[in-house]
Amino acid sequence: MDPGGRVNIFVDTFAWFTDPAHYTGSNAVQVRVFEHLELSALAVLIAAAIALPIGLYLGHTGRLAFIALNVANVGRALPSLALLAFALPIAFSLGLGLGFWPTLISLIPLALPPIMTNAYVGIRGVDRDVIEAARGMGLSEPGILRTVEAPLALPLILSGLRTASVNVVATATLGALVAGGGLGRYIVDGLALQEYDRLFAGALLVATLAILVEVAFGRFEARAVSPGLRSPADAL
Amino acid sequence: MTEGEPLIRWDWIGSHLDEIGFRLLQHVELTAIAVTVGFIIAFVLSLLILRIPRIEGPVTWVTGTLYTIPSLALFALLIPYTGLTLLSAEIGLVSYTLLILIRNIVRGIRDVPADVIEAATGMGYDNSDRFWRVEVPLATAVIIAGVRVATISTIGLVTVTALIGQGGFGFLILIGIQRFFSTELIVGAVCSVSLAIFADAMLVLLQRRLTPWTRVAG
Repeated sequence: MDPGGRVNIFVDTFAWFTDPAHYTGSNAVQVRVFEHLELSALAVLIAAAIALPIGLYLGHTGRLAFIALNVANVGRALPSLALLAFALPIAFSLGLGLGFWPTLISLIPLALPPIMTNAYVGIRGVDRDVIEAARGMGLSEPGILRTVEAPLALPLILSGLRTASVNVVATATLGALVAGGGLGRYIVDGLALQEYDRLFAGALLVATLAILVEVAFGRFEARAVSPGLRSPADAL
Repeated sequence: MTEGEPLIRWDWIGSHLDEIGFRLLQHVELTAIAVTVGFIIAFVLSLLILRIPRIEGPVTWVTGTLYTIPSLALFALLIPYTGLTLLSAEIGLVSYTLLILIRNIVRGIRDVPADVIEAATGMGYDNSDRFWRVEVPLATAVIIAGVRVATISTIGLVTVTALIGQGGFGFLILIGIQRFFSTELIVGAVCSVSLAIFADAMLVLLQRRLTPWTRVAG
């Protein structure tokens, strides 16, 4: 493509962003951003509600180490498009239709592994002496988990949630393939209609959103973690 | 999906073996190019990082940012420049391998125990001999661990390139979704996951061959 084409795509995309028509109606930018975040947040919340208790419990008891650690590798092998492919017949057989539900179903398994593995690794990594001391002081097992292990494992737990959230925000884009909303709409429609300004605008929006989620989570982690623990090492 | 349509129509698979074989080759080709090119770039950047440690921050930042950009968005951003081509797919796929590969290559080399390096120097190895014959072999296990993760995630990402006219098994998934034909999309998804598992097993075998001493310890 000639260099002029490259300049044009930026000019066209800028024009797309400044066109007031793209801020009204059901296809408005703010509506798509909201749909995207709503879907992503719900997926991460459901995944966390499932994966955190399992990861914390397995970490506390040290049981099923092999499964807890390998679930992350299996998770990486599951391609997002394949998850969507599996979710579609499931959603259909449950009568949930296209769009939101199959996408949600496909996003949850994607978010489970990093949350669970990081919770497990975080809890296992807590110094055994500290736990013995807590036990010696008469804390119950749930008490140890809640007041000693979980706070000490917090950096890793949060970094698992961040990995999951960024993955989910990125992958929620694919929901547009099954008639879902969100920012993937612009990319999929832009591709189908060969409207490269729309495609480019959608891609920029999704990329920015993913990076913002990553950065925002990083900031939050820095504030939420106890000052004595501020050198979080990523497990994933 | 359609009423009365079975989830899997086995006769479709039997009559489409050619198509499945073609998609398999395409999937393997897209993955192999991406991981090979990604490895070469990552290796060169890792050598630079080991020599000039202060570039580690910027390199990690750039590759980390690339890794964060959603795959579909990255492919879409490339279309105005490189079109619906193999090149667009590979630029995206290669970008995603860099973070993991660089991290493992650098860590593998840095984790080589200092006494071993001293012993090698004492035995008369010069810097480049020591690097290639002592440090790289000892780092191989960690490096291949990185290649495994990069390969598995690339095999998954290849499916997304179906949207820019490539895709391997992803093409079957996409067509299956578009035609509401569950057999085709399930075949595509199962084949893609199986390929990832198979490739991972092959790399484990490769690692065992290249680092026979780890078997004694393990």
